[in-house]
Amino acid sequence: MEETYKFTKEDLKEIDAIKAKFPEVMPATLPTLWVAQNRFGHVEPPVQRLVAKTLDLPESHVHGVATFYTQYYKERKGKYVLDVCTTTSCQLCGGYKMLHYLEDKLGIKAGETTDDGMFSIQSVECLGACGYAPMMQITNDVYVNNLTEEKLDEVIDSLKEGKIPEFESVGMPLLEKINNK
Amino acid sequence: MASDWKSFEPILIPDIPNLEKIDVYEKNGGYKAFEKVVKGNDWKPEDVVNEVKAANIRGRGGAGFNAGLKWSFMPPADGGPRYLACNGDESEPGTFKDRKIFEYNPHLFIEGALIAAYAMEITTIYVYIRGEYYSWIKMMEKALSDARSKGYVGKNIFGSDYSVEFEVTGGAGAYICGEETSMLESLEGKRGYPRVKPPFPAQKGLWGRPTTINNIETLANVPGVINNGADWFTNIGAETHPGPVLYGISGHVNRPGVYELPSGVPVMDLINEVAQGIRGGKKLKGLIPGGSSTPILRADQLDGVSMDADSLREAGSMMGTAGMIVMDEDTDMVDALWRIAHFYHHESCGQCTPCREGTGWLEKILLKIKNGEGEIRDLDLLLDVTTQMEGRTICALADAAAWPVRHTINRFRDEFEARCKKSVHAVA
Repeated sequence: MEETYKFTKEDLKEIDAIKAKFPEVMPATLPTLWVAQNRFGHVEPPVQRLVAKTLDLPESHVHGVATFYTQYYKERKGKYVLDVCTTTSCQLCGGYKMLHYLEDKLGIKAGETTDDGMFSIQSVECLGACGYAPMMQITNDVYVNNLTEEKLDEVIDSLKEGKIPEFESVGMPLLEKINNK
Repeated sequence: MASDWKSFEPILIPDIPNLEKIDVYEKNGGYKAFEKVVKGNDWKPEDVVNEVKAANIRGRGGAGFNAGLKWSFMPPADGGPRYLACNGDESEPGTFKDRKIFEYNPHLFIEGALIAAYAMEITTIYVYIRGEYYSWIKMMEKALSDARSKGYVGKNIFGSDYSVEFEVTGGAGAYICGEETSMLESLEGKRGYPRVKPPFPAQKGLWGRPTTINNIETLANVPGVINNGADWFTNIGAETHPGPVLYGISGHVNRPGVYELPSGVPVMDLINEVAQGIRGGKKLKGLIPGGSSTPILRADQLDGVSMDADSLREAGSMMGTAGMIVMDEDTDMVDALWRIAHFYHHESCGQCTPCREGTGWLEKILLKIKNGEGEIRDLDLLLDVTTQMEGRTICALADAAAWPVRHTINRFRDEFEARCKKSVHAVA
């Protein structure tokens, strides 16, 4: 039997606020899929149907959108999804080395989830942090920059304790230092 | 101009602590340009368009088109809705600059967008930010809510009869949504399939209504132009590509990062002085000057080249987003090009056959070469595929995939040939 999914009252309030931003209901599709994924951890077909029903849009439309965008999880993932960037600047600076280190450490390959359901690893396309390569993003949220094996060890340890690293403000390198040189 | 960069004072992201807070921004002259155009009698909307046109702010998203000229393509207002869609998708590999504006000077961008909206008599502004930038979406939402509570967004701004709405919305992972019509589709809640042009967005954009799309950094340049005049702007940096530029430098340099400097800084100054040279004292091998789709330049092609559209075109490349990817002498060009081809294959939306199939073949053939199984004729096959893709699709993604393949092979042909097996030729 299909699991039944329901939005909470708060979710529905958030969805109403989203709808108010646009002249039509269809633009609410992407943000509502986000609300759903944040609530249920994925957007498998039953969740897609809930989104379609809530917005009164065709299921085929919601399915088309959910499958077009890579950040929506069309299947269940681990509690923490480690998106390791391997595109050009990260590739040049050891992105694949970091990816393989994580794979060995967690005993899974990119695209897989650990048996305890804690971690998934994905090799992803450019995340727009090219100057802080190699880097990864945790579950569509915080960026972890300038990765090293030691830093990955620390991050995994803290995630195991349920602690997500804080947002790192990288800053702009101080130009006056160059100017005064 | 070339050596002036050392004394340049940042304009887009000045070194003022807590400038992201609205009261700090206001104390430093923030929202005065917007107030001036809305309240002042000598700033009709068309005057703002003309001033920005004269400033020649060339689009910082990659195309380099005069922003004011783009604004002038909007048809006359007819009382119906009109939109400004601000492009914060920032997904071109090597590009990580607009997030600095979201983080350090969001109100400058908001003010620029508001002035643009006033100039084009726009009723609603959307800023579309890539979904991965969740942290920065939150920052923009905060900044915008502050701007709204101070009355810069909403009804009857500064007591005038001008009203405008402004909303933040996010993507969900798709490079293609940085293409302007794809972004409109995504904003409308659909898959990001680029639209056939014409009609252009100025005629039929969001929900079939007149729409202008501008990059975040482009709009952040607008308040300065209104405060100081077009002449002030055109005197900064390169003559035909003026203004400050957020250079993103990544790859094998000692100090990667985003740096704000005038346009037209010599490429070698950016690599050797700003980014403090190549890591480990190695030699430079190549540079991708403006995001992964812009043609790579060999180290020996960089003498006297500066970061502006004209100089880079002469050198055989493009300014793009000024996202510079620096490669040292140990870089494996076959691996690097395969990874770029993989990116474009992954990101092709699949709408047009030459792109959907072409990007796949580019990646597959490059993988074969990378694995030592390629033949020299595969290089010519790759070049042939690029000509079958370029200019034959709805949007420029196919071009963006084709250029790096063609130019990397042509400029590093020896390295590619060395990885190939000898071709077996039939004996005539």
